[in-house]
Amino acid sequence: MSLQMFELVLFTIFTAATPLIIAAIGELVSERAGVLNLGVEGMMIAGAASAFAIAILTGSSWLGILGGIGAGVCLSAIFGVLVIFLAANQVATGLALTILGTGLAGLVGSGFIGMKRDAMAHLSIPFVSELPLVGKLLFTHDVFVYAGWALVIATGWFLSRTRAGLVLRAVGENHHSAHALGLPVRRVRFLAVLFGGACAGLAGAYLSLSYTPFWAPGMTAGRGWIALALVVFASWRPAYAFAGALLFGGATVLQLHAQAAALGIPGQLLTAMPYLVTIIALVVLSLRHRRGAIAPASLGLSFMPER
Amino acid sequence: MSLSETKATEGRKPLIAMRGITKRFGDFLANDGIDLDIHAGEAHALLGENGAGKSTLVKILYGLLESSAGSIALDGQAVSFASPEAARAAGIGMVFQHFSLFDNLTVAENIALVLPDSEGMEGIAARIDTLTRRYGLQLDPKRDVWTLSAGERQRIEIARCLLQNPKLIILDEPTSVLTPQEAETLFATLEILRLEGRAILYISHKLEEVRRLCERATVLRAGKVVATCQPREESVRSLAALMVGTHLVDVRAKPNDMLGPDRLTLNHLSMPAQDMHGVALKDVTLSVRGGEVFGIAGIAGNGQDELFASLSGEQLARQGVAVQIDGISVGREGINLRRQYGAAFVPEERNGHAAAPDFSLSDNIILSRHALGDVTRGWTLDQANAKALMRDIVEKFDVRMSGADPAARTLSGGNLQKFLVGREVSRAPSVLVLNQPTWGVDAAASADIRQRLINLARQGAAVLVISQDLDELFEIADRIAVIHHGHVSAPLITRETTREEIGLLMGGADATQESLAHAH
Repeated sequence: MSLQMFELVLFTIFTAATPLIIAAIGELVSERAGVLNLGVEGMMIAGAASAFAIAILTGSSWLGILGGIGAGVCLSAIFGVLVIFLAANQVATGLALTILGTGLAGLVGSGFIGMKRDAMAHLSIPFVSELPLVGKLLFTHDVFVYAGWALVIATGWFLSRTRAGLVLRAVGENHHSAHALGLPVRRVRFLAVLFGGACAGLAGAYLSLSYTPFWAPGMTAGRGWIALALVVFASWRPAYAFAGALLFGGATVLQLHAQAAALGIPGQLLTAMPYLVTIIALVVLSLRHRRGAIAPASLGLSFMPER
Repeated sequence: MSLSETKATEGRKPLIAMRGITKRFGDFLANDGIDLDIHAGEAHALLGENGAGKSTLVKILYGLLESSAGSIALDGQAVSFASPEAARAAGIGMVFQHFSLFDNLTVAENIALVLPDSEGMEGIAARIDTLTRRYGLQLDPKRDVWTLSAGERQRIEIARCLLQNPKLIILDEPTSVLTPQEAETLFATLEILRLEGRAILYISHKLEEVRRLCERATVLRAGKVVATCQPREESVRSLAALMVGTHLVDVRAKPNDMLGPDRLTLNHLSMPAQDMHGVALKDVTLSVRGGEVFGIAGIAGNGQDELFASLSGEQLARQGVAVQIDGISVGREGINLRRQYGAAFVPEERNGHAAAPDFSLSDNIILSRHALGDVTRGWTLDQANAKALMRDIVEKFDVRMSGADPAARTLSGGNLQKFLVGREVSRAPSVLVLNQPTWGVDAAASADIRQRLINLARQGAAVLVISQDLDELFEIADRIAVIHHGHVSAPLITRETTREEIGLLMGGADATQESLAHAH
């Protein structure tokens, strides 16, 4: 394998990991606040369809991105109202949200099947992108990849260093105590759910505007579910979710190359590899950090204040 | 404080004046026209049985609940708190019974949550340090809360409260989770606070404490104020009678000299912790003889639940010999076989562990007896017999309920507990193990349950009672051992020991050294 080829493989790992990073960070924030949203896949695919449709109609990728985010936020708002303010069951509602999102995406996208757009431009950051090896690898991505990195850093900082992040963790940890202290439990949760929806929508927009710039039903291919699993195995820590997503992206890219090289291993087995590798690695990781790495204690529980 | 001083406070304008506070939950009147005055620099007790309306009243005062009617005045100004934040801003702080702490956050983070947004995380360590010096509240800001003892957790609550410089501090059952020594430290802190001119509203059912700490008391019963008195002028008995409305019968616990053979034995039982916040049992050896009530004292979270689970068979021991019932090794056997050998179990959690809340009482009998043959016929259930047993237990154990065979959750805590104890005691078991048998049960029902346990023991059964309530153990137990960090001390004979000695063991003092010190 030539050096250029090697560089290309590494480069594509980042792009393959990006939708997972973005969606997982959104879900992580929502779960840290105590809300389990199983509708990531649905919000993601609705985001992908809306982003592509709006980008085609307006000719603007940026409006497409906003459309994708908007679709995710709208779906998560429905979910949020149901589970937070009406105390509906989070698991059932989340699953229903995935079905709803998939259906809506099919409806929105039906008129756009077969259309193509150019992928969003890659930004070459001046000077640093000229660096040997890492320059091209790290600093010539499109805006989504940088957004993903920024989200990881900002979320990590927000959760561990800011008071608002502390409030969010407290709400997810013990909603009764949080309420007794006068923290607005349901408002915090709703905002966290909306953030999760926005991230899932953005991840979807990335898929249909940049990663594979067209619309096809089912194009998220289970990435929403992988993002959900990443959050759990990453013990609700942004940096671990980032590492897990890179690992998954890496395995995805490598198995594609392995299939192309025709090694004689069944293709289905290779396709399953990323899932296996990611799950094994993250399980090992979460076993090592058992003490401080447990689920937010109020995760999945409804809270209704008595007045 | 003398009587004349008490009189003096009555002339002044009260800090808090609650008038006609009424709170309705559906058809149920939790508070019915309650008047309460609290003065600055006064420790005021709020007394009452479970369900008398104490918690509802303080939740209204703290802004957690909205009253249906009535008014609150603070320093003569009418106020109405829409949230705890508003109450705190007005100078009302609260220390909760079940602490409102976040286990996976640090001490500093827990405290930061109640401070205004402008306060940086950096300043908190310094503020904690100030509190430590002024009130003796020892705290390490960087520790995770789940690693702390109950006493330390309570100090966080108090520190949190004090950082807001409150005029009134509400304490809900503050000593129920403390060792006697930790309680002494708390009383010293409270005395400093009172001398600073802060008012204290002290909710407790420990009447000795109330007599010692408080100069005035308001007694609630069934949502109404039934008396306002000076606890120091009253006796524990008269205060209890005010709370309950009738005179309580004493539990008769004549010492038993007719002890039988060992019926329940633990041999070097060790058990690793089951989850992150669990406790490992370490080499527990004890034996309970027929005819005695054996008490296990200890502060919550020292391995009581794990001990109960290994006795009942919910958690199997590594070796069968670790748990023996009447000499038969059952450590590797499940709960049904242990029941067949004559053991019976009453877990702490009434709804969800001891009873299925939505099942009828007769179905709940089937749940614990289906392996014994008296509620089954071959493969089918004998529901008629279960109902007959249920009626029998309800009558013999004086269980009050509505309907012929209601769901378990519709019974009050005391009545459900009487039913659950009755379900097991009526089997005449040879070994009975109970965890917190009277937790949250009103005084009359508690006395009744305790008497039944003593009677059962006197008929030759071995009764093991795990309890955090030292008063309870001193009332009924013949011997008391202490569980601390999963280690069970050598038993002490109740008549020959003191609360202080047990308290030291609960706090982790070494048993052998302690008994040596007493011998000298």
